[in-house]
Amino acid sequence: MTLELIGISVLWLFLFGYLIVASIDFGAGFFNAYSIFRGKQHILNKIIKRYLSPVWEVTNVFLVFFFVGIVGFFPKTAYYFGTTLLIPGSIAIILLAIRGSYYAFATYGELKQKRFAFLYGMSGLFIPASLSIVLTISEGGFVTMEDTGPVLHYWTLFTSPLTWSIVVLSLTAVLYISAVFLTWYAYKAKDKPATELMRKYALIWAAPLIITAAGIIVEMRYHNPEHFERLIDLWWLFGLSFLLFAGTVYLISKRKRYGLAFGLLSGQFFLAFFAYGMSHLPYLLYPFLTIYDSFTNEAMAIALIIAFIAGLGLLIPSLFLLLKLFLFNKDYVEGKRNDFA
Amino acid sequence: MGNEESVFFSRVLTELTLSFHIIYATIGVGIPLMIMIAQWVGIKKQDEHYILLARRWARGFVITVAIGVVTGTAIGLQLSLLWPNFMELAGQVIALPLFMETFAFFFEAIFLGIYLYTWDRFENQKKHLLLLIPVAIGASFSAIFITIVNAFMNAPQGFDLVNGELININPILAMLNPAMPTKVSHVLVTAYMTSAFVLASIAAYRLLKGSDHVYHKKALFLTMKLGLIFSIATAVIGDFSGKYLAEYQPEKLAAAEWHFETEEGAPLILYGVLDNGEVKYAIKIPYALSILAHSKPNAEVIGLEEFPADEIPPLYIHYLFDIMVTIGMWLTLLSFVYWIGTMRNWSFIQSKWYRWLIVLGGPLAIIAIEAGWWLAEVGRQPWVLRGIMKTQDAATTSGHVDTMLVLFAGLYLALGIGSIIVLTRMFRKNTVEQELIDREIEKAGDKL
Ligand code: HDD
Ligand code: HEM
Ligand code: HEM
Repeated sequence: MTLELIGISVLWLFLFGYLIVASIDFGAGFFNAYSIFRGKQHILNKIIKRYLSPVWEVTNVFLVFFFVGIVGFFPKTAYYFGTTLLIPGSIAIILLAIRGSYYAFATYGELKQKRFAFLYGMSGLFIPASLSIVLTISEGGFVTMEDTGPVLHYWTLFTSPLTWSIVVLSLTAVLYISAVFLTWYAYKAKDKPATELMRKYALIWAAPLIITAAGIIVEMRYHNPEHFERLIDLWWLFGLSFLLFAGTVYLISKRKRYGLAFGLLSGQFFLAFFAYGMSHLPYLLYPFLTIYDSFTNEAMAIALIIAFIAGLGLLIPSLFLLLKLFLFNKDYVEGKRNDFA
Repeated sequence: MGNEESVFFSRVLTELTLSFHIIYATIGVGIPLMIMIAQWVGIKKQDEHYILLARRWARGFVITVAIGVVTGTAIGLQLSLLWPNFMELAGQVIALPLFMETFAFFFEAIFLGIYLYTWDRFENQKKHLLLLIPVAIGASFSAIFITIVNAFMNAPQGFDLVNGELININPILAMLNPAMPTKVSHVLVTAYMTSAFVLASIAAYRLLKGSDHVYHKKALFLTMKLGLIFSIATAVIGDFSGKYLAEYQPEKLAAAEWHFETEEGAPLILYGVLDNGEVKYAIKIPYALSILAHSKPNAEVIGLEEFPADEIPPLYIHYLFDIMVTIGMWLTLLSFVYWIGTMRNWSFIQSKWYRWLIVLGGPLAIIAIEAGWWLAEVGRQPWVLRGIMKTQDAATTSGHVDTMLVLFAGLYLALGIGSIIVLTRMFRKNTVEQELIDREIEKAGDKL
């Protein structure tokens, strides 16, 4: 493996981590708002809060890791994406800021108002939508090089079916991932009504997810034939991913082994996400930027990789401790302990 | 929008975001250490008051951390959005500490979650205290790593620039740049100092507002003692920072001191106004600048005359320097008198006016932090990377920065107000007296 590939794989892995943990977070906010709207808040409120409270800051760091890392490994991305993403990037930051601070205010500061909970839930849909635009842009066709530098064409972007399919995919993925996870979590919490409710949502969102995902592959054929070819070359990875998807849906619908179902779901997204990422290579921004011509110097690359390995040595045991104390602690999950400061 | 405008608005937006982030970041660096000390004292003295103190600080800390995290995320992304050229160039040399910083964040975030939600889980309080150590380490290392990046901007090294290409890059050497030691230590120690005075001002405020509980007195005495220690350290390291400047960035020191001509035995100028290049109404301390710069009363200090006119930073940084140093001296004095006074039972330190002065100390320390950063950053102008890249060449070419500025200003306003409201409500609703009863706390001394 070349240094370039190691670099991008590390980043992609963390982006995958963000995809999963953030989806759970965003979806939970949405379901919470929806249940308030439907007058069923009591069903979901507790389990969502119990899961999110100790981990929300960790979720955010996955994202920070990704954008700091990409500028480190591929400094030219700062120039290309930095110049073009000013508006979508700023909007995403503002939404993230409102969401993060509201969460803290509401949970620790007891600032509870329905209106805010509603806004909070909606922000969980707008953030993935605005972040997913980055993937769309990277497919090429929306940025041109002018004398002043790269320029993003908003009109082309917002009238492209590809943009909207990716947005819809990001939304369905968020809701589906979150619903499957919360089904499992509610089940562990021995909370029957919440399990049933989340299970229903999981099944509802399964079909839209797989339809939009397949739809995007078809659209790619028109938008970026070169990328489409490479996607097709990796058909077996997508096929495997689909099998895992089918397994999750089967288990959920039979009310069996929710933990395994979430494991299969992680596998499904892992395969699809990496297959998509591999087919995207070598481009970071089609056709201007590849991982090879934007790569940092060798000395920095090696230093970053060493730092990364050392960092993981610290991180993995700590994450494990976090999971052990909260996700896998029976008393905590069942709500018998709170122990907040 | 022309590029000059983009540059202008990018600067304003960077200034705004950083100035806002730095308030919460500084508190975020310092408070974990304060919590740790309070909890430690509580365990050692078997005094539940200190433990409750730690517990209440931790609760408030969550709110400031949240704002620190979201504004930090903003500045992290904004660096690439607003200064793409700078990040592309600097990224090649100084990405390492930025990257390591994210691990520090991870570490802090994970253990903060654990610490907050395990307050009564352990029989042995010491185990719980252990969980706070990674939080404090993570927070301080965030500050260390980001300050290393900033130090690099002031004294870039670890690469060669040949025909606009960076070669022979050495990331470790870049991190160990000459600005690093003084900058990192000054930033850390001022963060601890500021946190101590902010907490002291809360305790003093409670005492003024009718609660005469010994809990607040203990809090005040502890934080003032810590404030004294850290403000002395601040002044000492600040002096080293001056020596660093004299050696490596003489134009910044000269501009901060309105020192126009190179001379021996230079006086230190405090305050005053500039009238056609003449300094008026200033306090002059003979030889003090030479001492600050080189530890010798007769040493030569380089003046502004030796630099090209377009490389001289704005002269208003003089006032920023004065504000920072004055506040530093004042807070040292205030906490010293309080400490001596408590030992000797001087009654005036219990008086209303003295407590009001302490209440003022927290905001003053924050003003000093702001003044210090503005001095350091504006004093580096016109360079973004000193000697390598000018600020005006680093900015984005994208339009719409002005709109973003308005949006972010609104955001920070909301966050600032929101955090204050939430914090006051949190503690007003749940008073110390009430909590002491609720928790059936008995094991506590009634003396300092
Ligand atoms: C509570 C805040 C506070 C206080 C009381 C002081 N400082 Fe400070 N100072 C800072 C907070 C600060 C800072 C915010 O941490 C800065 C900004 C950038 C940096 O490196 O540290 C800083 C920068 C800074 C610089 C510029 C360093 C550079 O640009 O590289 C100098 C020369 C001093 N300080 C010197 C002093 C002296 C002699 C003080 C005497 C008491 C002092 N500071 C008190
Ligand atoms: C958190 C503490 C910091 C504060 C409060 C701060 C504040 C400022 C201020 C006030 C300026 C404006 C100078 C001027 O326009 O005349 C500035 C410039 C700048 N700072 Fe810092 N800074 C901090 C740390 C950093 C760090 C660690 C970095 C880099 C990683 C950085 C990157 C920049 C850049 C790129 C500029 C150039 C833009 C400009 O001149 O406005 N700053 N900063
Ligand atoms: C240009 C300068 C800066 C950048 C790019 C930056 C970036 C960030 C980011 C991305 C976060 C959020 C991390 C998370 O998700 O947990 C953050 C938080 C934080 N930053 Fe900054 N930061 C800057 C300046 C500073 C400075 C100068 C300090 C210290 C003196 C500092 C101390 C912290 C701390 C302690 C946190 C954690 C939040 C808290 O505990 O309150 N930052 N910063």
